[in-house]
Amino acid sequence: MPVFDKDGAQVWRLRTPREKLIRLGGWLIGLVIFAICWQRISEATTWFFVWDAPRIANDIWTRATPPRWEYITQLGRPIWDTLNIATLGTIIALFLAVPVAFLAARNTTPSKLFIRPIALLIIVSTRSINSLIWALLLIAIIGPGVFAGVVAIAIRSIGFCAKLLYEAIEEIDHAQVEAITATGASRWQVMAYGIVPQIMPAFAGVAVFRWDINIRESTVLGLVGAGGIGLQLSASLNVLAWPQVSLILLVILAAVVISEWVSAKVRGAII
Amino acid sequence: MLRLEKLTKTYKTGDKALQDIDLEVPSGQVLALIGPSGAGKSTLIRCINRLVEPTGGAVMLDGEDLTRLGSGALRRARREMGMIFQEYALVERLTVMENVLSGRLGYVGFWRSFLRRYPQKDVDEAFRLLDRVGLLHMADKRADELSGGQRQRVGICRALIQDPKLLLVDEPTASLDPKTSRQIMRLITELCRERGLAAIINIHDVLLAQMFVPRIVGLRFGEIVFDGPPEGLTPDKLTEIYGEEDWEATIEKVEDEEDIEAAE
Repeated sequence: MPVFDKDGAQVWRLRTPREKLIRLGGWLIGLVIFAICWQRISEATTWFFVWDAPRIANDIWTRATPPRWEYITQLGRPIWDTLNIATLGTIIALFLAVPVAFLAARNTTPSKLFIRPIALLIIVSTRSINSLIWALLLIAIIGPGVFAGVVAIAIRSIGFCAKLLYEAIEEIDHAQVEAITATGASRWQVMAYGIVPQIMPAFAGVAVFRWDINIRESTVLGLVGAGGIGLQLSASLNVLAWPQVSLILLVILAAVVISEWVSAKVRGAII
Repeated sequence: MLRLEKLTKTYKTGDKALQDIDLEVPSGQVLALIGPSGAGKSTLIRCINRLVEPTGGAVMLDGEDLTRLGSGALRRARREMGMIFQEYALVERLTVMENVLSGRLGYVGFWRSFLRRYPQKDVDEAFRLLDRVGLLHMADKRADELSGGQRQRVGICRALIQDPKLLLVDEPTASLDPKTSRQIMRLITELCRERGLAAIINIHDVLLAQMFVPRIVGLRFGEIVFDGPPEGLTPDKLTEIYGEEDWEATIEKVEDEEDIEAAE
């Protein structure tokens, strides 16, 4: 914060001239890097296809509209499968996530040194792999179908749910736990009375939030053969049946909008 | 009934919260523990029921050393000691009735408590206690719907339903307005008299302590520096406990306020 004495008045500037110069240099370097990157990308792009894009998009749009409405009779079953994959997967994930969360939370873990790192590893490893990749792996192991989808969604969701839950457990009011402990309650009773009521809103919020995400994730699982509406989508794409594709996209959109509405309602009611 | 022998607590940071505390509380005696913040009042009562583990000395309750108990025996011993907290420490999302009944957790099994199938006599006692503190109509309300004074009454019921011999009371009035504070102190001392309970009440409000409690113990830097009746709290003694300050006003006010109380 430099202050100059100029004609007897105290003049204040935010930065010294030297600092100004350094900043200007920084901006220049940034600009150069951007230009170089742009050039690299440009070299690796077949510009003919990009210039062609609006025409192709327009072509697909005219082929895809209007959607083939009568195809909807064949979509009831797959969208029902998709909903089931999401719902069952979420329920299984919650059952598995609760114990993991208790083992991972600093204030409830039996051992900070040994068990907590294992719980954290479970959380990180299940979270970091996309459900599509889990589905690919599981299809190889248990064969294609809805069940592989359910398991993929469940595994993918454990880490997410457990992480949010253990953060909720770590943030509980310790005084309530202390009060229950002081009555002579056992370890399990302290958990049921001192901790569980405090994390119930978080639990409900996580459950519907994850269910909402899972509906979106399970729509694509069919692309790799794990059941649901994605199966229809990939079949239609393969035969270039664009009117069917557009109808499927509409159905997915409707399902997602409805699930979002339900989860917003449920969360609003609980919290 | 309760005897502390050279009770010591040194925190991992090296802070000596309690230094060789010797204190005897006979059956049915109500005692106020005063002292500045950080004097070790909370640590002292938490060392008695081992919410904080003491590092040395003994806590003798009816001839049994609580510091040597295993976890099962400690839980049985905790049933004998009801605790009341500064910020009430009710389970906010449970109903008043569930909060009161949670005082029986040490007596009922896990599944009974989990399914809220408490023995009928516990439920009867819960209703009796709620009626006694004037909250019978609130039994079905959630704890977070209650006002501060009402919550503290629920906290008192939860402690009493344990059927304890001793109450450990940690700053019961610190979050309450002056009028409610007095009502709560009066309620606690009355209930102790009715049931012949001993109590250790942590309180930073010297006036309240003098008004309601026959024996006052002053704590400073983890050591007892005063033990006697309220009349014995002279300005010199208060200076010893809290440090230099003009105490005349505090002591005079006690008499004034008692007049006001009488006039009411």
